[in-house]
Amino acid sequence: MTAPPREPRSAEAAAGYEMVVGLEVHVQLNTLTKAFCNCSTDFGAAPNVNTCPVCLALPGSLPVVNARAVELATRAALALECAVNATSVFARKNYFYPDLPKGYQITQYDQPLATGGCLRIGATPEGAPVSIGVTRVHIEEDAGKSIHDRFPGATAIDLNRAGVPLIEIVSEPDLRSAAEAGAYLRALKQLLEYLDVSDVSMEEGSLRVDANVSARPPGEVQLGTKTEVKNMNSFSGVERAIQAEFARQCALLARGERVEQQTMLWDGVRGHVRPARTKEGSDDYRYFPDPDLPPLVLDPDWVEEIRKHLPELPDARRTRFAAEYALGEYDVQELCTSPAVADYFESVARQHKDPKAAANWVMGEVRAALNASGIPITQFRVRPADLAQLLNMVRDGIVSHSAAKQIFAIMVRSGDRPEQVAERVGLVKVGDDAALADWIDQVLAEHPAEALRYANGEKKLQGVLVGLVMKKSNGRADPKRVNQLLAARSSG
Amino acid sequence: MTRDVLGMGVTHFRDAVAANELRVTEAVDASFVRAGEVGAGRDGLNAILWSDEEASHREAAALSKRVERSVGARPTHGSGTELLGVPVAVKDNIATLTLPTTCGSRILGGYVSPFEATVVSRLRAAGAVVVAKTNMDEFAMGSSTENSAYGPTRNPLDRTRVPGGSSGGSAAAVAAGVVRVALGSETGGSVRQPAAFCGIVGVKPTYGRVSRYGLVAFASSLDQVGVFGATVDDAAAVMEVIAGRDVLDSTTPPEPAVPPYRAAAHESVQGLVVGRPKEYFPSSLDPRIRERCDRALHVLEGLGATVKEVSLKHTDLAIPVYYIVAPAEASSNLARFDGARYGLRVHGDGLRGMYEATRSAGFGPEVTRRILLGTYVLSAGYYDAYYKKAQEVRALIAGDFASVFAGRVDVLFTPTTPTPAFPLGAKSDPYEMYLSDIFTATANLAGVPAMSVPIGRVDGLPVGGQLIANHFREDTMFRAAYALERALGQEAHR
Repeated sequence: MTAPPREPRSAEAAAGYEMVVGLEVHVQLNTLTKAFCNCSTDFGAAPNVNTCPVCLALPGSLPVVNARAVELATRAALALECAVNATSVFARKNYFYPDLPKGYQITQYDQPLATGGCLRIGATPEGAPVSIGVTRVHIEEDAGKSIHDRFPGATAIDLNRAGVPLIEIVSEPDLRSAAEAGAYLRALKQLLEYLDVSDVSMEEGSLRVDANVSARPPGEVQLGTKTEVKNMNSFSGVERAIQAEFARQCALLARGERVEQQTMLWDGVRGHVRPARTKEGSDDYRYFPDPDLPPLVLDPDWVEEIRKHLPELPDARRTRFAAEYALGEYDVQELCTSPAVADYFESVARQHKDPKAAANWVMGEVRAALNASGIPITQFRVRPADLAQLLNMVRDGIVSHSAAKQIFAIMVRSGDRPEQVAERVGLVKVGDDAALADWIDQVLAEHPAEALRYANGEKKLQGVLVGLVMKKSNGRADPKRVNQLLAARSSG
Repeated sequence: MTRDVLGMGVTHFRDAVAANELRVTEAVDASFVRAGEVGAGRDGLNAILWSDEEASHREAAALSKRVERSVGARPTHGSGTELLGVPVAVKDNIATLTLPTTCGSRILGGYVSPFEATVVSRLRAAGAVVVAKTNMDEFAMGSSTENSAYGPTRNPLDRTRVPGGSSGGSAAAVAAGVVRVALGSETGGSVRQPAAFCGIVGVKPTYGRVSRYGLVAFASSLDQVGVFGATVDDAAAVMEVIAGRDVLDSTTPPEPAVPPYRAAAHESVQGLVVGRPKEYFPSSLDPRIRERCDRALHVLEGLGATVKEVSLKHTDLAIPVYYIVAPAEASSNLARFDGARYGLRVHGDGLRGMYEATRSAGFGPEVTRRILLGTYVLSAGYYDAYYKKAQEVRALIAGDFASVFAGRVDVLFTPTTPTPAFPLGAKSDPYEMYLSDIFTATANLAGVPAMSVPIGRVDGLPVGGQLIANHFREDTMFRAAYALERALGQEAHR
């Protein structure tokens, strides 16, 4: 994939300031149960249904770490090429808020799960990889939700989400443009999807992004004062928010003013950032190791097992697809966007033996059908084996290409096998001369003028007549044979 | 013929019930009679905060099915009959299903837990009946049970004096003969010190030996459920039931297995090496307490044990370290009492106003002091100087114990407290109160097991001797304690 160009593009950058961005990405792990209790992580349950003494912070309750959450976090850390620490420590981040039942969040602070990784976001036009440093990956729990608009004059609290496991992935301040930030997020989302550790949906809140943004004069090595930008709910929102904050900082610096270290909130509707209300003393979280949880000690052999069982990651898959299926750069990028699509394609290609045809169908008909219905490919009614069979039928001349599209449309609705559909709706190609002659006779009888002109040697009418025969046969007639039969009549 | 059922050891009583010689409800009913007697009047003990006589009687009566099954059967671990019909008092910071769990605080006034502590479940599974929730210093912060929102508890042996604390209600209930056994909790001596003041046995297990699930946290790295018994055997019988791995508490290791404490206690102390740490016998120690301790050591020597002078040289740092670590953890543990979900809520101006009003009205002065202290020592810029430094010194204190136990010492013997029970209201200076834990806080900081046993009296007031063992060696500790108890006999209570 191609990284966005590193040349300055915006007016601010053109004025000489360089943008420096680091991203903090919170990802909800797709465990069945919460990080420190056995409550379900189901999204969309009635308020406060998925709660227990532990996640309600009832007096006397204690956390117990979810081994599956540790496993998924480790998987993500390894895929991000981090060093997984043999010992990491859970810490308490203390602050008062009604949706934080314990009055502290269990997280990891000075001894995180993993450190020192990187994520490849593409390549320069010359082909050199562009990699963004990953400072750390750590495990923490989510807070609940405060609902301010449900009851007049009161705030309601839903603690279903309280205690859901998250990983926080912190990047180095290596990003130099909003577009690079977008590329980083897309690469990260793709990687996490391949790892199957998260649903990675910004809309459902299973992926959340905060951006640390600063600006510095050209040639400056020191980082400028940064602000933290929050409240973005899409990747494009992140890009726009970063751009807006950078512009604000550049304007301040250009006027000779200082950037104040603070939290900014993105307003996607108005397209601008504004300072968050700062809470007094809110930045002193009084971190200390959580005495309820022993240090997390990971057996190096166990970590190696996780590493060994990592699935094929996006870069590796793209390289392999290009080599194994002789596909071009564009096809490979598109097919590998999500692991489910790549799996689907690969299954079709293996059974049909013509990868290019498989690729065209997956990127064309399949994607269109999925977009129209809004269902994920994993629930698509046309299974790869059935699509492969349909393509085989085209290749073998059993159905025409246009009939195949009609058959596919029926398969999308019914989930039936292509032979059954072709048989049922009579779309199997007809090559039988008697039947074809019958259709030809009918067409000529219905169009006497054209029939006469054709008989008198007007050869260019042959195409029109073949079309009429195809139409009469509902696409079933074998056009090659129709041509031959018509030609025989004209010369006879 | 009426028998003094509360005068019987718990296993003796249990055997009589299982043999159908006594009704299963007998001890529970007797507890309520006795509680009525000692609680009555202007100088009533005020040991019990919450109880429900009818419910407890019903619970005991329902055990009759287990009696039928248990006739002739041995009370093996997990049989459900180890403590058949035994009434138990439980400190009010341990969650029970029907009685309130208030931690002696206004902020949890009327709070009833929807779940039960693991220790309570295990007691009930063994056939015991919780008959009372006992008074305590608010959130276990104190050494006299005077810091309760529900009034102080009096010492049954001298009602002008404190029973010690923070588990003073449980200690007083056992000492007054309301129950033979009770649960308390320890953070810096809250079981051993009141046991010493009330002339009974008090055990603080190894950190992690007993589940904390359902124990309302004060300082999580120091807290441990403890046991009071009228005798060593009573306490050991309860420990056998409650000790061991609990999947709901990550700090309880599965290994080593829980040994049979009662049987271990009965083994000889011949050849046992008893360390006498000199830092626990300062020149300022009350000479009468020193004399009692020397007498106890002499008795152990007479039974074949060897007494060896040892040194735990960081002992004097225990109180300063304790008063950094414990408040720091408490400041975080008590953040959940914010008026949002349960307990007291006092309305104020906005969210912050509600927090301030609720917590100001709900917490007493000692709890407030410790939350402020703990918040301060964890603050940015002070963490390294206080909390981190304290943890480093704590490691030195633990190291002191590790080296004496590595040097062939089996158990340490010290006085439990520097003085006998003091009069109610005598210690108004918090720092003076803190010093009454000077000999006990070390075991919590090091995580080692320790217990107090009666070793005699001074001016009619009980004196406790403390036994400290290596991690998970409660068996050795019980062995020394039982030998001492038998050899001293009535001398321990004179």
